[in-house]
Amino acid sequence: MTGHEVEQEETVPITSNDDVVRARQTVRTYAQQCGLSLVDQTKLVTAASELARNTLVYGGGGRMRCAAVRRAGRVGVHAVFEDRGPGIPDLDLALTDGWTSGGGLGLGLSGARRLVDDFDLHSEPATGTRVSVTKWKR
Amino acid sequence: MSDRVPILRIGQVLLVSIQIDLEDQTVLDLQDDLAERIVATGAGGVVIDITALEIVDSFVGRMLANTAAISRMLDAETVVVGMRPAVAITLVELGLSLGGVRTALTLDKGLALLERDRTARTARP
Repeated sequence: MTGHEVEQEETVPITSNDDVVRARQTVRTYAQQCGLSLVDQTKLVTAASELARNTLVYGGGGRMRCAAVRRAGRVGVHAVFEDRGPGIPDLDLALTDGWTSGGGLGLGLSGARRLVDDFDLHSEPATGTRVSVTKWKR
Repeated sequence: MSDRVPILRIGQVLLVSIQIDLEDQTVLDLQDDLAERIVATGAGGVVIDITALEIVDSFVGRMLANTAAISRMLDAETVVVGMRPAVAITLVELGLSLGGVRTALTLDKGLALLERDRTARTARP
């Protein structure tokens, strides 16, 4: 479905607050190498920070895969956040601004979606959640 | 044990300069430490310098908003200084415009803002 070539890939486990910092630093490195503008780097790293925290807090931990990708002559950064947590029962609700099942502001998922170009959310009860995002170089 | 962000006191003002990529527990500790230091020192102002921060996500954004609200209840005013343009653009798009947080572009301007406040307060009958 994503239909892009992967040029370089890295996996970061997300099992502690430290790992959330490490995940966003990894995404920042890829965004810089890919040549994203400063604003786009900032948007992507911020989205990654929100999603990595969700993986830890709501998914009970998991991992992030970050990759440099190419599609139809464009280069970009792709990041996938996966957990084997309880899943999200109502995806539409989870993507609503201000809705939270925890103690957050409810801006993590909905905000992250606005900050990236491609956003894909897949979740099943008792199986886990996978969120994929891509930011393309302009 | 996570690291703690140092809080400096200059006269009536507490100054925090965030220099590293913060993990969430450090962010929460800073919020608590600031509340305690405001009361312990009777400071009238807090300046949080985020010049070095490459991103502010919803967690750090919430800490800034909470700290501004908490300090106001403790009779101190908070000013956030040094926000990068890309950070401002991203925060607004994320959905956090930090309405209750006062900002200044530089540390100098932030301190001047607090000084003006203090003068206005003491001038009142």
